Amino acid sequence: MKLLEDIVVLDFSQYLAGPSCSLRLSDLGARVIKIERPGSGDGSRKMSLKNLMDGDNSILFHTINRNKESFCANLKDPEDLELIKELIKKVDVLIENFRPGVMKKNQLDYESVRQINPGLIYGSITGYGTKGPWVKKPGQDLLVQAMSGLTWLNGNGGKPPAPFCLSVVDSYAGVHLTEGILAAFFRRIRTGEGALVEVSLMESAIDMQFEGITDFLNSGGRLPVRSDYNNAHPYLGAPYGVYRTADSFIALSRGSLKDLAGYLDLPALAEFNDLEDAFEKRDLIKRMIGERLAEKKTADWIDVLEKEGYWCSEVYTWETLLNTEGFQKLEFLQELDAGKGRKICTSRCPVKVNGEAYYSAKRGPELGEDNEKIKHEFGLGKEGR
Amino acid sequence: MRPLEGIKVLDFSQYLAGPSATLRLADLGASVIKIERPGKGDGCRNLRVPGCEIEGESPLFCAVNRNKDGITLDLKAPENKAVIKKLIEEADVAVFSFRPGTAEKLGLSYEQVKEINPGIIYGEVSGYGNKGPWSSRPGQDLLAQCISGLPYLNGDKEDAPAPLGLSLADMFAGQHLVQGILAALIYREKSKKGSYIQVNLLESILDIQFEVFTTFLNDGHAAPVRSAVNNANAYISAPYGIYETKDGYMALAMSSIVKLGELLGCDDLLRYEDEKEWSTKRDEIKQILKEHLLKDTAGHWLSILEEADIWCAKVLNWRELFETEGFRQMEMLQDIYRNGKKVFRTTRCPIRIDGEKYCSEKPVPFMGQDNEKYLKEVQ
Repeated sequence: MKLLEDIVVLDFSQYLAGPSCSLRLSDLGARVIKIERPGSGDGSRKMSLKNLMDGDNSILFHTINRNKESFCANLKDPEDLELIKELIKKVDVLIENFRPGVMKKNQLDYESVRQINPGLIYGSITGYGTKGPWVKKPGQDLLVQAMSGLTWLNGNGGKPPAPFCLSVVDSYAGVHLTEGILAAFFRRIRTGEGALVEVSLMESAIDMQFEGITDFLNSGGRLPVRSDYNNAHPYLGAPYGVYRTADSFIALSRGSLKDLAGYLDLPALAEFNDLEDAFEKRDLIKRMIGERLAEKKTADWIDVLEKEGYWCSEVYTWETLLNTEGFQKLEFLQELDAGKGRKICTSRCPVKVNGEAYYSAKRGPELGEDNEKIKHEFGLGKEGR
Repeated sequence: MRPLEGIKVLDFSQYLAGPSATLRLADLGASVIKIERPGKGDGCRNLRVPGCEIEGESPLFCAVNRNKDGITLDLKAPENKAVIKKLIEEADVAVFSFRPGTAEKLGLSYEQVKEINPGIIYGEVSGYGNKGPWSSRPGQDLLAQCISGLPYLNGDKEDAPAPLGLSLADMFAGQHLVQGILAALIYREKSKKGSYIQVNLLESILDIQFEVFTTFLNDGHAAPVRSAVNNANAYISAPYGIYETKDGYMALAMSSIVKLGELLGCDDLLRYEDEKEWSTKRDEIKQILKEHLLKDTAGHWLSILEEADIWCAKVLNWRELFETEGFRQMEMLQDIYRNGKKVFRTTRCPIRIDGEKYCSEKPVPFMGQDNEKYLKEVQ
């Protein structure tokens, strides 16, 4: 039995942050029903990467919404709204990521729905919280990265601020919402109380930078300084970074410069200490290391360094990674059954329980695919008729 | 009442992944005891950042380990077996980040711990899982990023593969562990059974690539191509990225190129009427935009674009951000006190429950500061 079996989640959210939260809940055993508007449904149905589609839906949609059901309803239609309210009475968790105020207009805000289901856990994701001058700003990952200071940590110093190459803020906010929902659900088992759980992209982006911000706040306002050369983490000294070798690249983690001087046969390195120098002369030291590493191939360096127990690694492409035994042993991929013999290959949930990895072959739902089943199962539309 | 009030957590982990997980549990109401080896303690205490010390500790260590108690305990010493057993008996959750094999040697594998406390939730974070040829490799953030292929998505096309400027493998693995632990606590309420929750850095850093990694897997394994101009996501069309202006930088998210051309008075963009070209001619379009946006200030461009509901924002650093009214109203910062005296300032938990922001004034444990409280009665 999966950990969250018997928990039913209604997910009104779309795109990545909210749906990535309900994906995790579903992988851990909850039943997730997406509530989607007629016509277009979740905006990510049409949002394709590299034009990859499966029928009417993008592969991207299946990636984020596999293992879920879909109930199509027009929240502006009073009859549909009534069905949704009946459904809300019978579920445990609700997730939404509308701009502040939208759920209230539909009488589906927390204050309204807790009247009909006091035990409900209501999870809400916004861009910037529910008050203040940013309430109406679009809650979009890249914009929050830009405003939150995150882009001054990535890329080399002297270069423009560089965004993180993925929607890391959406993903982190989704993770935080999952945590809040699960913690509140745990409390509900003990006390019977429902809860309003709120996260925002901006607060999650700040949390992601909590180490550096703590330095900023307690150092008299010192801003992060990216390494000019092979930047990897502004708060870690040399040699931390990715270096070019004679044939490819190598990553060097933290370690004593004196030891490294010996392993690389680069005596000049031993002159530097591992604290002040490793920071203050970071670029100089890293350039010396870079010149030396460029003289031999990655495999040769790995041989030398691994033998000494120095922390280093190749820099794999996805293709190389897929062909390693280390990756294959993780059994991290799964196939979704898209019907008519078609398969969609994707990754699985990264949380293992009692030694077991959770897989599910269920693709993302067609829009409204489960309306009849859900109406029947939850006895919807019978009240007041 | 905070949701995890009354839950007792033992944290045997160090550095960032495990301790960031127990920080979240602490902020959600659990009481956390950090267990460190005598002498050296958590290796994170030694991740010094010159120029910033908080009560003699690294700011990195303080950010991650506030709101916890701390004891020192030599886990190898036979005379400590009884006290370890008692701590485990009384705990609801225990978190570990030993290298595979170490826990068994210490009598702290899940099988061994379960014997002492069958209801315990055992959380484990490793580098690459505990079977297969990589199980003994050092589980470290940069190395996990590099093994996962991520650096080939970050930076511009001609750059060397570029790791992310934060330890996101550690941080996501830590939070994935929290998810598993919380789900297991729910399960325990219903079943009275404990659970063994495992995460690893490699799977967690791959999980956050799941959108683009899945695209790769279903696109004949075509390698990702970063934008040559202001890359922000190898898979998203123009104009997605950060652009320099006359006075600082601005971000542009998804938008119609033609509409942008009209609004910004950039006639060269008007010919890209076919949406497909925003992807196939991404770099060419971004280059035109890059040159055009240099001609005026960020404020000028943003006022035009915001008016037209185009998704855009000014790029800020922390100093600029913290001066905004929007940030102030978020009340995202908190002060930490020891014995009534303010010792440092940091961020708070990003989750609000029932409208309440979860702040906590409790400081970072000094090495072994709570030995007397937890160890005395047994010894």
